[in-house]
Amino acid sequence: MKNRTFAALAFATAVAVIAASRLIPNDYFFSAAYTVLQFIILATAWNILGGYTGYVNFGSAAFFATGAYSSVFLYKALHAPLVVMIVTGTLAAGLLGLAVGYLTLRMRGVFFAIATLALAVVLYTFVVNWDYVGGARGAYIIQPRVIPFGLPRYIHLLYSAMVLMTALALVIARAIETSTIGRGLAAIRDDELAAECAGVPTLRLKLFSATVSGALMGMAGTTFPYYLAYIEPSAAFSLSYAVNSIAMPLIGGMMSWVGPVIGAVLLGSVQQIVQVTISSAWNLLIVGVLLVAFVTLAPNGIMGWVDAWRRKRR
Amino acid sequence: MNRLTTWFTTGLIVFSLALVAPALAQQPLKIGFGMSLTGPLAGNGKAALIAMQIWAEDLNAKGGLLGRKVELVYYDDQTNPSTVPSIYNKLLDVDKVDLLVSGYGTNVIAPAMPIVMQRNMAFMGLFGLNVNSKFDYDRYFQIMPAGPEPAIGWTQGFFDIAMGLSPKPQTIALVGADAEYPALALEGARAQVKRTGLKVVYDKTYPPNTVDFSPIVRAIAATNADLVFVASYPPDSAGMVRAANEVGLKARMFGGGLVGPQFAALKTQLGPLLNGIVNYETYVPDVAGKFPFLEQFLAKYQGRAIREGVDPLGFYLPPYAYAMMQVLEQAIKATGGLDQAKLADYMHTYEFDTFVGKVRFAKNGEWAQPRMLTVQYHSVIGNDLEQWMRPGHVTVLYPASYATGTVKAPYQDNKK
Amino acid sequence: MEFPTALVLNAIIAGLLLGGFYAALSVGISISFGMLDVVNIAHPAFIILGSYIAYIVNGWMGVDPIVVSLVVSPLFFALGILLYRIYYVCFERRGQESLRGLAFFFGILFITEVALVLIFGVDYRMVRTAYSETTWRLGPVDFPMRLVVPFLVSVTMVVGVQLFLTHTFFGRAVLAVAQDPLALRLMGVNPTRVKGLAFALSIATAGVAGAFLIVIQPVQPAIGREYIGLVFAICVLGGMGSIWGTLLGAFVLGIAESFTSTFFGPSWAPAVSFGLLLAALGFKPSGLLGR
Repeated sequence: MKNRTFAALAFATAVAVIAASRLIPNDYFFSAAYTVLQFIILATAWNILGGYTGYVNFGSAAFFATGAYSSVFLYKALHAPLVVMIVTGTLAAGLLGLAVGYLTLRMRGVFFAIATLALAVVLYTFVVNWDYVGGARGAYIIQPRVIPFGLPRYIHLLYSAMVLMTALALVIARAIETSTIGRGLAAIRDDELAAECAGVPTLRLKLFSATVSGALMGMAGTTFPYYLAYIEPSAAFSLSYAVNSIAMPLIGGMMSWVGPVIGAVLLGSVQQIVQVTISSAWNLLIVGVLLVAFVTLAPNGIMGWVDAWRRKRR
Repeated sequence: MNRLTTWFTTGLIVFSLALVAPALAQQPLKIGFGMSLTGPLAGNGKAALIAMQIWAEDLNAKGGLLGRKVELVYYDDQTNPSTVPSIYNKLLDVDKVDLLVSGYGTNVIAPAMPIVMQRNMAFMGLFGLNVNSKFDYDRYFQIMPAGPEPAIGWTQGFFDIAMGLSPKPQTIALVGADAEYPALALEGARAQVKRTGLKVVYDKTYPPNTVDFSPIVRAIAATNADLVFVASYPPDSAGMVRAANEVGLKARMFGGGLVGPQFAALKTQLGPLLNGIVNYETYVPDVAGKFPFLEQFLAKYQGRAIREGVDPLGFYLPPYAYAMMQVLEQAIKATGGLDQAKLADYMHTYEFDTFVGKVRFAKNGEWAQPRMLTVQYHSVIGNDLEQWMRPGHVTVLYPASYATGTVKAPYQDNKK
Repeated sequence: MEFPTALVLNAIIAGLLLGGFYAALSVGISISFGMLDVVNIAHPAFIILGSYIAYIVNGWMGVDPIVVSLVVSPLFFALGILLYRIYYVCFERRGQESLRGLAFFFGILFITEVALVLIFGVDYRMVRTAYSETTWRLGPVDFPMRLVVPFLVSVTMVVGVQLFLTHTFFGRAVLAVAQDPLALRLMGVNPTRVKGLAFALSIATAGVAGAFLIVIQPVQPAIGREYIGLVFAICVLGGMGSIWGTLLGAFVLGIAESFTSTFFGPSWAPAVSFGLLLAALGFKPSGLLGR
């Protein structure tokens, strides 16, 4: 399928899903779906740098929080509309991604992972000490009373925005994967030195992939302050974003754009379901066990299984 | 690729259908909430849950509310605010609860507010700090006795007592953790400083996961401040108290807003190190006379708490969690139904008689009068728990109607 | 900004004491991650496990937690052997360890944490020892025993690990496996066995570090997560696979933290520590004492 066709299809599906969800009378669906979609974007974005390029980013929370806090800033400074927040937050996180891209100049593998982790800690400290956006005290973001497009509640708007952003993230991820850029990134992942020798513009490609990956993660965070109504640094920088954005592509499969989606839908839904059914310390246990089980039993993720099964059938 | 997309959409539809599936049978009166049963605040969350369960059992033994049995529907919010919106939407749309109350603390109360407000539900908050200042919701109520201006009410006692010292103290050091509650307490302390004309000689915050507090305490000691006001969470409270002891901190008064010494864990672990510290409490056995019904509740609570591995004293939060439910119970009985507008109206108008005393709510839903107790620990010997169950180691200094003695300054003289 | 001598001296001592404790937390990571390439992100969870075991035994018999941790360290050693066995069979043998291993250990981290919650509850636990409230004063400088005792044991342990690695056959085999497992195999030594034992050693140090932790501050099950960043930072800052480097890195971070706390504002301490790490990675990626 051509990328343009896929894009058209993706956005058409997104609009259809939004329209169809209007029929659901249940707000629980919207908030649960919002969370799962947010993880789809995070996982997809992480996979652009982690899966395609082979640079493990441990600091997903830093990008997510950059998106979230740029929204808080715009809310405090200008009461900017949601669209402006989304665009600005995405750009801001993209810039951070570019900076991280330059880190890849000197670091590979685990060193890079640790550096991104350190970056998250440094950024966290800055936000804690930045009183304008609430600092350690946290900031209240009040949802507007007037909701555009005749939607019944604000969560519907956030959900719709999330659906569209998810479609965008998937289109971008797939476009990168199927283009020459994707092949260049794969070359870097498999052997950076060889790729360099073969004339692949490794630095430019790495910068590109880090920027796109960061921007998309930030995008997922831009609507978060409105979703929570109250945001404080430890919520925005939660370890769960770093863990989930790595775990989801791993569980789904890292070689194609479908993997992170499957991983995010699976793990995200399980977390949602477990949270309201078992509801005790056991829920964290189930996530842990699932993680261990999948990486031991399905080394290439669910997509790895699917591929193996397809090959066998042929 | 196409087939995958189809699969994916089908999956999504199935998933959504599963969520829409209506809940059946709603005979009992359901009260829903999220509560921190795992994560950093789980200790408090579990203690609150036990208290609420005791309330439900007490009530059901008497035949329930409005002739219906009461059922608590709760989910673990993992002390993670981002789980809260889904939990409250589920409670409302799938479980169809009749009433909502909050989980423990500002972080999980605030994310529930927009949802509660959209449905125009009355909402009881459990130890949120000034949550309503931004939402301005007229059906929000809060059970922590910090008064209509929590930051002020929280710090009033410490500063009133300090200014009563003779000679009057001149300088103060403010220190606290980089987190939500300490930030609010420090804000209150700064307002009090302005009011009392004290001079601030140190005003810094530290990250919550600090291991060694002696550099901080030494920097404070170097300023020779008359008063040292600390706003901290349990692990850093322990660290600050130990460091103050190790460095040999000298001050007229030390303490103010330490979270932790209210609980058995820190009371027993720090033991004599607490001597001389001035701090806040919400209940101590020394004023048991003012809380006639609490003893039997605490006995019930303490039995269960030990089994569940949570705070075996239960002075701080559980009585208030119980009282929060009593407020709802009395409002429902008086209005004879679950009409949320009537409930909120009633709660604004009338006074409630609870295990933690008489409660009247102000316009913003906080207590009309602050009633945080300011206390000083003294003559603590050894580290057993038993001594804290009896009166004799805590002097209540403030408010005047609860006072059992006066402050012993300076702080270091209490250590003999 | 003034720098009175007494404050500076105290800041140095406090930083060293803190650094000694940090070294105990991260020496295990230096072995597992630095030498064996096993990204054991669950290391802090085992530290907390060590804290709880020390707490329990101390409650039963009143034995000093650090003594307890030394006595039960064979248990941690055995746990390490078991864990490495699983890790080897599932990941290393298939040659896809790093990222999957990471996720695996994340899972282990959660499982351990929940197990602790289910067994011990979520309340803060702490242990009092005979020296908990003693402070020695030497002129203007304070030596709180609560930190001095863990410091001494920790430095002894770290130096012991280093001597063990450089002066025994087994230790040299570990160093060799870090450099060239194939060559080791050709020499007739089974690298898997060597790695298993070395990993077990790293887990054993975690158990001991846990006892230090509970002597120094209250512990609850989720607290381990806060140390993930720190232990890896120290390991990388000091230089991958260098035990001396880890000790040095721990001291550097400890002193940086205590100076920032004393003279500037404790709030900035993590930014300074991790800023240092970023700078080190930028200018000398191999760390302070790395090859």
